[in-house]
Amino acid sequence: MTDLFSKFDPLIEQRDTLLKTGVTDPFNLVMERVESPTVAICNGKRTILLGTYNYMGMTFDPDVIAAGQTALEEFGSGTTGSRVLNGTYVGHRACEEALCDFYAMDHAMVFSTGYQANLGIISTIAGKDDYIILDIDSHASIYDGCALGNAQIVPFRHNDIDALEKRLKRVPDGAGKLVVLEGVYSMLGDIAPLKEMIAVSKANGAMVLVDEAHSMGFIGERGRGVAEAQGVIDDVDFIVGTFSKSVGTVGGFCVSNHPKFEILRLVCRPYVFTASLPPSVVATAATSIRKLMDSAGKREHLWENSKRLHAGLRQLGFTLGTDEPQSAIIAVIMPDLEAGAAMWEALLNEGLYVNLARPPATPAGMTLLRCSLCALHSEEQVGEILGMFAAAGRATGCIS
Amino acid sequence: MSDRSQTLAKVLETIAPFNKKGVEVTEATRFAQDLEWDSLTVLDFVANIEDEFDVIISMNMQAEIESVGQLVDALEKLKA
Repeated sequence: MTDLFSKFDPLIEQRDTLLKTGVTDPFNLVMERVESPTVAICNGKRTILLGTYNYMGMTFDPDVIAAGQTALEEFGSGTTGSRVLNGTYVGHRACEEALCDFYAMDHAMVFSTGYQANLGIISTIAGKDDYIILDIDSHASIYDGCALGNAQIVPFRHNDIDALEKRLKRVPDGAGKLVVLEGVYSMLGDIAPLKEMIAVSKANGAMVLVDEAHSMGFIGERGRGVAEAQGVIDDVDFIVGTFSKSVGTVGGFCVSNHPKFEILRLVCRPYVFTASLPPSVVATAATSIRKLMDSAGKREHLWENSKRLHAGLRQLGFTLGTDEPQSAIIAVIMPDLEAGAAMWEALLNEGLYVNLARPPATPAGMTLLRCSLCALHSEEQVGEILGMFAAAGRATGCIS
Repeated sequence: MSDRSQTLAKVLETIAPFNKKGVEVTEATRFAQDLEWDSLTVLDFVANIEDEFDVIISMNMQAEIESVGQLVDALEKLKA
């Protein structure tokens, strides 16, 4: 008998080698208590959270929690059904209305996760003989959406406008074209030149989908994302996003002005063949989305935090993913996985949690310590964070 | 020179700058196993081939192409 698990042997070996050095497993951390969007107890120790994507700190918002509690009591713990059968409650509709209002778009479709939103929309709208042209650094959910469908998949070099244009021009006449871009790329925290890329896509007859998972609530005047900030949101055909970042719960969505958009509810398999979100989740999401519309002050503070952390880390001598802070993600580039894991553990011992990211999730085989800031990190906390990076960096020899 | 041998010559020429290990390249040479290219090298190489022949080689097609000879065959088909 061939052991179907033997294909995982190289990964098992790499993991064993890493753990044998005595380092804490960076992919097995347990949050024992969560005190606020910025502080949790890990291994009995008070830990500042700097790797949660909880950009706007909505997870403990009193209005959000109250809405969830009321829905839990009035509608029960779950829907036990698909959106197209018994799984659409008034709360799901209210959540979709909140999204339409937030983005000023005609249609919104709520999925059970952000992953499923990309999976469903991409695999459904791009069929056989259509072409999907996507950035090589796209998120796994975008690639998996491509793999689930039957379209021809054509990647281009990260953020390269000419490479995108060349491929668009080579697509056979008459074939459907979908260009898939992200507002913020989550590994390095860099943003896309959407203005130029969308112009090129439209000039070549392509529809455009932008994943704004990491920009919603924060980037753009009304928090609608990078497309809004660059003044091109009206040219985007589909915006995909998530509730598990700025919104502070779980779920995914797609918003669009396409006149035939609603038909997707019947033909999109990752929408149809799964249970809908629990009533408490859509209630917290709707409340949070409506509060995010009016959060200019928090957006400003989050920018200040990002700028301060970026400048401080550079000053300490760390190599960062971007020359300037472009989002609330600051990626610290580590020389290799061993150094990254050692630094990650040293930071945890100091009382700071960041994400350790490694290939294949990262571009160009990089190991990253990825920091994501929260609008509720105080000025003092950002100072504390920089102190911890200095201590851990010197203890591990990452900086001098 | 036949069309196919011209295509092969162009492909070999395009491979050369990426052949860091100096492997001897024939039609039987495999990109992943023999040339040991990672995904970024593949992306750059495919982009150069696409520019050279003015075609699209989608990821779906790339999945079927393991060796130099298979790439030449695919290009012949795309040009036809």
